[in-house]
Amino acid sequence: MIRAHVLICGGTGCTSSGSKTLQEAFNKSLEKFGLTEEIKMVQTGCFGLCALGPIVIVYPDGTFYSRVTAEDVDVIVEEHLLKGRIVDRLVYRDSETDAIVEEQAKNVSLSDTKFYKSQKRIVLRNCGVIDPDNIEEYIAMDGYAALGKVLTEMTPEDVIKVVSDSGLRGRGGGGFPTGRKWALCAPNKADQKYVVCNADEGDPGAFMDRSILEGDPHCVIEAMTICGYAVGATKGYVYVRAEYPIAVSRLQKAIDDAKAYGLLGKNIFESGFDFDLEIKLGAGAFVCGEETALMTSIEGNRGEPRPRPPYPAVKGLFGKPTVENNVETFANIPQIILNGAEWFSSMGTERSKGTKVFALGGKIQHTGLVEIPMGVTLDTIINEIGGGCPGGKKFKAAQTGGPSGGCIPASLINTEVDYDNLVALGCMMGSGGLIVMDEDNCMVDMAKFFLEFTVDESCGKCTPCRVGTKRLLELLDKITDGKGTLEDIDRLEELCNYIKANSLCGLGQTAPNPVLATLKFFRDEYIAHVVDKKCPAGVCKSLLSFVIDKDKCIGCGKCAKNCPVDAITKTDYVAPGHKLASYTIDTSKCIKCGACVAGCKFNAISKM
Amino acid sequence: MKSLAELQAIKDKMKNKIVLREGSGDVRVVVGMATCGIAAGARPVLNAFVEEINNAGLTDKVTVSQTGCVGYCQLEPIVEIHEAGKEKVTYIHMTAEKAREVVEKHLKGGQVVSDYTVTDAN
Repeated sequence: MIRAHVLICGGTGCTSSGSKTLQEAFNKSLEKFGLTEEIKMVQTGCFGLCALGPIVIVYPDGTFYSRVTAEDVDVIVEEHLLKGRIVDRLVYRDSETDAIVEEQAKNVSLSDTKFYKSQKRIVLRNCGVIDPDNIEEYIAMDGYAALGKVLTEMTPEDVIKVVSDSGLRGRGGGGFPTGRKWALCAPNKADQKYVVCNADEGDPGAFMDRSILEGDPHCVIEAMTICGYAVGATKGYVYVRAEYPIAVSRLQKAIDDAKAYGLLGKNIFESGFDFDLEIKLGAGAFVCGEETALMTSIEGNRGEPRPRPPYPAVKGLFGKPTVENNVETFANIPQIILNGAEWFSSMGTERSKGTKVFALGGKIQHTGLVEIPMGVTLDTIINEIGGGCPGGKKFKAAQTGGPSGGCIPASLINTEVDYDNLVALGCMMGSGGLIVMDEDNCMVDMAKFFLEFTVDESCGKCTPCRVGTKRLLELLDKITDGKGTLEDIDRLEELCNYIKANSLCGLGQTAPNPVLATLKFFRDEYIAHVVDKKCPAGVCKSLLSFVIDKDKCIGCGKCAKNCPVDAITKTDYVAPGHKLASYTIDTSKCIKCGACVAGCKFNAISKM
Repeated sequence: MKSLAELQAIKDKMKNKIVLREGSGDVRVVVGMATCGIAAGARPVLNAFVEEINNAGLTDKVTVSQTGCVGYCQLEPIVEIHEAGKEKVTYIHMTAEKAREVVEKHLKGGQVVSDYTVTDAN
């Protein structure tokens, strides 16, 4: 019999930090110590703390090991699994400087640690707990019970009412009420209707949907089937990016298993309801995350958006009534059905109910995945859960909504995060990527980064987006090159508003947001670039110059050796107290690579 | 899937297998598995507990874990039973045979097997 479970994260993050080799090492080691009969290895989805991967959790005591390597495995097996002694040096610490989390030593639950304490896991409840490849583990966690309840006890109208009453809004970014979306589709008569799951997660830095599909694929299948019953659709598509190989293979296995167990297919729960599901791989075009472009792509055409109306609820995929929801939206559905609308709407704020999953990235200690109730402040997310900026740097801003969103400056860190508060700030919830920036980030450069992305990803169908974003980028280039004028800033703003008002789809309508938001909160940085010709954060290369302090320089010559373009030469000045002559940088040759600064042990070189 | 009952059957069957991950149950059986414990024969004791608890269908409320040296090496194998709201019970000089008896009488029947517990005389 099994007396302990060893859970190893098999999400993309931990897989890339080596969790596969770890699994093999554990299997070997368990064999070596003769423990294969009593210790079970489980590969799970994402635990959330991707920065500390690969992660291993041992149950029943719940010990949380981070950054485990194959060399550590024998130690864990012999000390912990055989002798019952926790391997202290590998136990997760709240931050790099903290002592081992006290609770850990006392075997108190992981949920008491700072990273998890303020979280509320509904969507991610099974991620990192069950084996996503094992349908029976999902069933053990109440899986498919919601579907059973819907098909045996509820009418389609009941289902739509519960979803509407819950206040659930689309988690893909727009925040359209899910219940209303279903209610708009349900009455439309057609020989075929469709349910589509949007798993074309394209925002830089966002990986919520991928993690859900990797960690709990069955909940999406269950929810889509429920949706099909509610709106009268019998066929579903999951549109997922081909760049997510682990998510795709787990989802495919989940679909196959669900079919084998009769949870997909004909006459589910003998209710007479049929539902079938298929994966459609996307080729990675950002615009395909837009619902009409996504459907055009499923139809086999080039992924380009089409004008609305007609809305997908009336004329969607293959011209039939279609409901399209995001992965995270679907992942909420089974829990809402099981626990009721009231349970769900008791969480969150007035107009944003439930929780939201965020992918934390950028200048933050705990890069990873967190789920918090709507209305938690940005401060809690970044400083408490995320552990703040590394190296004690000052938090400057957080970008939400990726290239479609905007930034929230440090002065507004007490903003309660929900749909409406973010829109009021000129940002958007977006799909949930949260990129943290510290004092070393230049906001003009940041806006440029996102615009480069949208210029690349614009499908080219409408002119405001295709040409407009390109012109915007040129203006930004001009500013970061130190050639901008104050008029350029005005022109930038005017063009942004024009693109927003005239683009065909969400991509173009939101593409100027990063520029507008940085103009709103960090106009002084733009002005510093065009008037003072300086980049305050020291990022924009054209505006930088590197200078050697001749009195600090001891004349070791390391910088000259490091310089790839021979721009550094010896002078004949010997500083008082030094034996060798100092060096100087020829700014006309300097390419501003920073190799000299990195090599100087005496802090004699500075960026100006 | 034909019926809710069928789904429930799978759930019941699996629940036992993953209940470990919900953290420790109400009752914890802790076996001393330091070098002293292992040398005195703690391994078969641990195995016996794990096996019997499973056979008795107690996996949802009893978890078995190990601990290091308690410091009283000559009394090993030592087994402690922790139960919420009750005083800890310490069994000493355990064997697989005694372990089966403890599962039967103590964990199932709620009766401490005082023949094997530690006393002042030890």
